[in-house]
Amino acid sequence: MPLSEKKEKELEIAANKIRATIIETLLHAESGHSAGPLGMADVFSAFYFHILNHDPKNPEWEDRDRLILSNGHIVPVRYVTMAYAGYFPLKELRTLRKLNSRLQGHPHRGSLPGVETTSGPLGSGLAQACGMALSAKLDNKKHRIYCFMSDGEQDAGNTWEAVMFASKYKLSNLTALIDRNNIQIDGFTEDIMPLESLTEKYESFGWHVLEIDGHNFEQIVDAVTEAKAIHESPTVIIAHTIPGKGVSFMENRYEWHGKPPKKEEAEKALKELRALGEEIKSEHE
Amino acid sequence: MLNKEAKLNTKVFDTDVLLVPIRNGYGNGLVAAAENNKDIVVLCADLTESTRSHLFAAKFPERFFQMGVAEQNLAAVASGMGISGKIPFISSYAVFSPGRNWEQIRTTISYNDSNVKIVGSHAGISVGPDGATHQAVEDIATMRVMANMTVLVPCDANEAEKATEAAAKIWGPVYIRLAREATPVVTTKETRFNPGQAEIFWESRKPEVAIVACGTLVYNALVAAKELDKEGIGTIVVNNHTIKPMDEDTILRVARRTGAIVSVEEHQVAGGMGSAVAEILARRSPTPQEFVGMQGVFGESGEPGELLRKYGMDVKSIKRAVEKVMRRK
Repeated sequence: MPLSEKKEKELEIAANKIRATIIETLLHAESGHSAGPLGMADVFSAFYFHILNHDPKNPEWEDRDRLILSNGHIVPVRYVTMAYAGYFPLKELRTLRKLNSRLQGHPHRGSLPGVETTSGPLGSGLAQACGMALSAKLDNKKHRIYCFMSDGEQDAGNTWEAVMFASKYKLSNLTALIDRNNIQIDGFTEDIMPLESLTEKYESFGWHVLEIDGHNFEQIVDAVTEAKAIHESPTVIIAHTIPGKGVSFMENRYEWHGKPPKKEEAEKALKELRALGEEIKSEHE
Repeated sequence: MLNKEAKLNTKVFDTDVLLVPIRNGYGNGLVAAAENNKDIVVLCADLTESTRSHLFAAKFPERFFQMGVAEQNLAAVASGMGISGKIPFISSYAVFSPGRNWEQIRTTISYNDSNVKIVGSHAGISVGPDGATHQAVEDIATMRVMANMTVLVPCDANEAEKATEAAAKIWGPVYIRLAREATPVVTTKETRFNPGQAEIFWESRKPEVAIVACGTLVYNALVAAKELDKEGIGTIVVNNHTIKPMDEDTILRVARRTGAIVSVEEHQVAGGMGSAVAEILARRSPTPQEFVGMQGVFGESGEPGELLRKYGMDVKSIKRAVEKVMRRK
């Protein structure tokens, strides 16, 4: 599905709203991760409001596309996007990480319909997505399996076991997307455990590899469209993102990987995001 | 004497008792279950023949998936398939699965409520010459501690076949523990097997001790019971094949009737079947108990019989434990 200029603006506006709501939600939760969710807001906006074949009113619909979030710690961006998409009321976001909530600190399949799988411990999401993709193939199902991963979890052995498996069974209905934001909890990925060249690694494992700007909606949509046209292998989209995107003092700072904003920080962040939102709208008009 | 109602192998005490590896029962049960259920798939980590998955692979190649030496992937891929409506059986040696992939089993199968059956073969010290690296003596503990997990430990090949077919019908995660060595066939096709229901296999006229056993050592427990009976000590032998959910009623009944328990398992005594029995009794009917099993050490290479003797799980050790617990009554 090509992206019209109008749609692109809608996605951009939605992503801006998602970012602001992430800040508000994390402030209320008083714990959780900030940088990753903000960095992936554009990708989530593009998927939930344009790419995915899904039905928020019928989250168990058999033929829906599956979106697996392997790096469960950025789940605030998923929850917020799902709420905007109509899976549950926005006010439920205030229960994130609280007792008796459906919005667990890391996603749990049994708690919230539409979450698809339980994740948090890194490196196992791609393998689960492989199992889903293989099952879909066995059942001649046409839905697609998308697996979002962090770059940090490329350190994990299980990730590469799954990379080999997907290639062996030619899981072309599987598209992985790596949030290449270059940070993980302890620092920059290339200092912690160098990953480059990720492209060459995946290519040598038999995957089709695309590199995009994860904040460019046209590139996100085009990459997914191209992945659908590859029938011999799975595709990985390496999406270069800016962690903390949209909030100046969080951008590219690994210190913001694993903590929520305090009240003053949240106010400052929201002010920036609102100004950005006005800018997007005025450009649109 | 042998409980007639259990319809056990009448030749169980003969010197030429039929010996069949417990894992063979799994291989046959898998094929039988898969014939009736097209959702059953099998994933194996480079141990197809020795886990007896090859019988399934030969018959249903389109439902068999070779994972290579990658047990974490074995568990997590199966999780995705279980969520998608398949019933995956994952096979490896117990030291590797559920050994190496415990966290994947916890998060992606158990907590995720994915309908996966984990089958750990070559469990226990009787793996023998391969040595301690390959002798899983912790798997009952690490699986039974997990919420949402059923744990089955069949005592012979017949029971393994029934356990496999039963596991396919249980909704949710199940762990089945198998052994490598040719093991005396204790049960028959007619012996009842219901998950969660322990069975009395032996009952002397005046039982003074209840021997609660599981897996390969049920046979040793029966031999010990027969010898003790001749020596004037009456016992009850319980085949406690379901570690979780355990048959509390049967455990309580035999404990109250005899006032003394000996648990017998090819597993560390810490956290194993005997510990689960003690948890029930401590709560509902405190009873003196002796624990036959691995006493907090690793095994070594050797013949299965030699190892059971050295590490205190042979018939003689069971008898000694019975005598010891009687003195504590």
